[in-house]
Amino acid sequence: MKKDIILAGVGGQGILSIAAIIGTAAINAGLFLKQAEVHGMSQRGGDVQSHLRLSSEEIASDLIPGGLTDLIVSVEPMESLRYLPMLSPDGWLITNTEPFVNIPNYPDINKVISEIEAFPRHIALNAEQIAKDLGSVRSANIVMLGACSPFLDLDYYLLENAIRNILQNKGEELVKINIDAFKAGLKFAEENK
Amino acid sequence: MEWFAKNIEKLISFVNYIRNFNQNKFMEHKLLLLGDEAIAQGAIDAGLSGIYAYPGTPSTEITEYVQRSKEAHEKNISSEWSANEKTAMETALGMSYAGKRAMACMKHVGLNVAADPFINSAITGAHGGLIVVSADDPSMHSSQNEQDSRFYGKFAMIPILEPSNQQEAYDMVNYGFNFSEKMKIPVLLRITTRLAHSRAGVKRNISKEQNKGGLHDNLKQFILLPAIARKQYKDLLNKQSEFEKASEESSFNKYIAGEDKKLGIIACGIANNYLMENYPDRKVPYPVLKICQYPVPKKIIEKIYDECDEILVLEDGYPLVEELLKGLLGKGKKIKGRLDGTIPRDGELNPNIVATALGKDFTKGKEIPEFIAGRPPSLCRGCSHNDTFLALNEAMSDYSKGRVFSDIGCYTLSALKPLESINSCVDMGASITMAIGAADAGMIPAVATIGDSTFTHSGITGLLDAVNNKSPITILILDNLTTAMTGGQKSSAFGKIEDICLGVGVEKEHIHIIKPLIKYHEGNVKIIKEELAYKGVSVIIPRRECVQTLNKRMRAKHKIKTVSL
Repeated sequence: MKKDIILAGVGGQGILSIAAIIGTAAINAGLFLKQAEVHGMSQRGGDVQSHLRLSSEEIASDLIPGGLTDLIVSVEPMESLRYLPMLSPDGWLITNTEPFVNIPNYPDINKVISEIEAFPRHIALNAEQIAKDLGSVRSANIVMLGACSPFLDLDYYLLENAIRNILQNKGEELVKINIDAFKAGLKFAEENK
Repeated sequence: MEWFAKNIEKLISFVNYIRNFNQNKFMEHKLLLLGDEAIAQGAIDAGLSGIYAYPGTPSTEITEYVQRSKEAHEKNISSEWSANEKTAMETALGMSYAGKRAMACMKHVGLNVAADPFINSAITGAHGGLIVVSADDPSMHSSQNEQDSRFYGKFAMIPILEPSNQQEAYDMVNYGFNFSEKMKIPVLLRITTRLAHSRAGVKRNISKEQNKGGLHDNLKQFILLPAIARKQYKDLLNKQSEFEKASEESSFNKYIAGEDKKLGIIACGIANNYLMENYPDRKVPYPVLKICQYPVPKKIIEKIYDECDEILVLEDGYPLVEELLKGLLGKGKKIKGRLDGTIPRDGELNPNIVATALGKDFTKGKEIPEFIAGRPPSLCRGCSHNDTFLALNEAMSDYSKGRVFSDIGCYTLSALKPLESINSCVDMGASITMAIGAADAGMIPAVATIGDSTFTHSGITGLLDAVNNKSPITILILDNLTTAMTGGQKSSAFGKIEDICLGVGVEKEHIHIIKPLIKYHEGNVKIIKEELAYKGVSVIIPRRECVQTLNKRMRAKHKIKTVSL
């Protein structure tokens, strides 16, 4: 088993939390893992990405070789396209459709969405709306985690347990909200893949 | 039965989960750690007594990990932030003097600040194990240059360890402390951003007790009077052959035989991973020398040089090994690397750059669509700096452009659109001193903008110069009550700025505290304008808490339910 994943978004959107949950689940599954993160200046509203590599064999590089990424998981639609050169010809593009506009020259969102939809293997969902409907707009990142979960080759229970582990100190209510967000993302992906 | 068929997958996954759970319980437990965190855990387990540092990307998480560690707390390991890297380095040296294991951590440019004690610590030597961690940032993800700390290690003539992965980072700390005590020498641990900020599973060793402490045999060792320093320096020179021997015998340096002798590959530190990534079965057809401990292992290098037609050197950072091999005239065998263009001269390595250097093809994905816009970092919504610079911009509109010297921190982002407020960012503290020089050259008024933590790091001495020089400069000390850019560490300046300014000799009537909020904009502009007109040193302190730390504090206080993960 080998999965190379690029997590993308804007600083502050919670991609490192997605990485932490998948990472915990992968370690508990006995897999090897490497995960390169971006800290520092870019976290201030700039584009951020994380290279997450899972494998049953030992992993050499912390960075994924260009053109071999299995999954791009993005919490922001334009950011999902920034890493296309990294994506394998048979990889999946999984993205939130709600734009995060903090620059004056953000492109026409329709153009962004149609580019995503033109991609043969994609899952595009409004994670913000789904999270909002569940009562916690800040769980949009966990909706995206759910949406990419069918492609991870990790047991559902490992992922759910990782969410519980990481959130256990923050109260049962928050755990429930996030597990619901996770399930909602998963359901969308299962129905649309 | 129907229910069973429907849910069979879930059942299987549940059974697997239980099985995995039990297996993990009995399996050797691995911690999922950043390279930085692996160093910190390695130090705690190796009997560390004190870690001293100033925050700086990508080194910050080493000290933060020790500060958060319950174990470190129970063991009473000192881990309070230092005012700057120089004080950190000196404090660590003091702990080594007293016989305990100490670590000083910094980003690469921090080693410039600590260079004086660092270079001299090679002459004094160490007593308790002393490791200096310098985290380099090739490609300048969050830095003003991409200097390679290995040159500092070579310059100081001390051993250097350069881990290629998180496990080595963990293991090298214990090795480094032992080696430091055995050879009575500080050891430099050099990492780069990719290792510092990448996570992997790390296996721990049994934790060691701390040293009891006590004096070294030679009480003159640390007195670098010329007569003693000359002797100490000779000792250092004499140790070089032992350092080299240790490199040749080190398990961190590995020669791996290869059939095809047309090429020999020398891969340093993390570059080794990018090489291996290009061979999925991990079998490289050429002889490979992995170097993770310096001085360079001369004998093994000689072996690979002699047996191969050409040498390819892979190293993240500057071409240190490549230059050594090539020599001034480059008359020997062909050495390929950053100097001959086989690899780009600047920027960090990655698997594809190494593939190209090996003449291998790699898969390319689709092009980025043309309409994708860049998204540079920016000041947060609600950031106090934004309101400060709006006021400063308006106050400066009476003068010609190019008068605002700035410094290192979040506020450096005010150089970008739409604010475009500042004209310089060089090194910690340079805003005040550059403003003095510019004012001396006739640029009056000159303005300095410096953050609270940067001010106590390296701004106070510059302020003293300004006061003694009676410089017509206006200094804005942007006080957001934290070291914000690196993630909100405690600022040494907290609650002390006015007193420091008064103590240094700034006149009381020219020290102002303003609240950077749009509703006070006009009043703030007026104060800045008045002080710009004053022909002496003025200090204005725009004070408002960083919105990031404020949010964090509020969340902790109220445990807001909608908080995201």
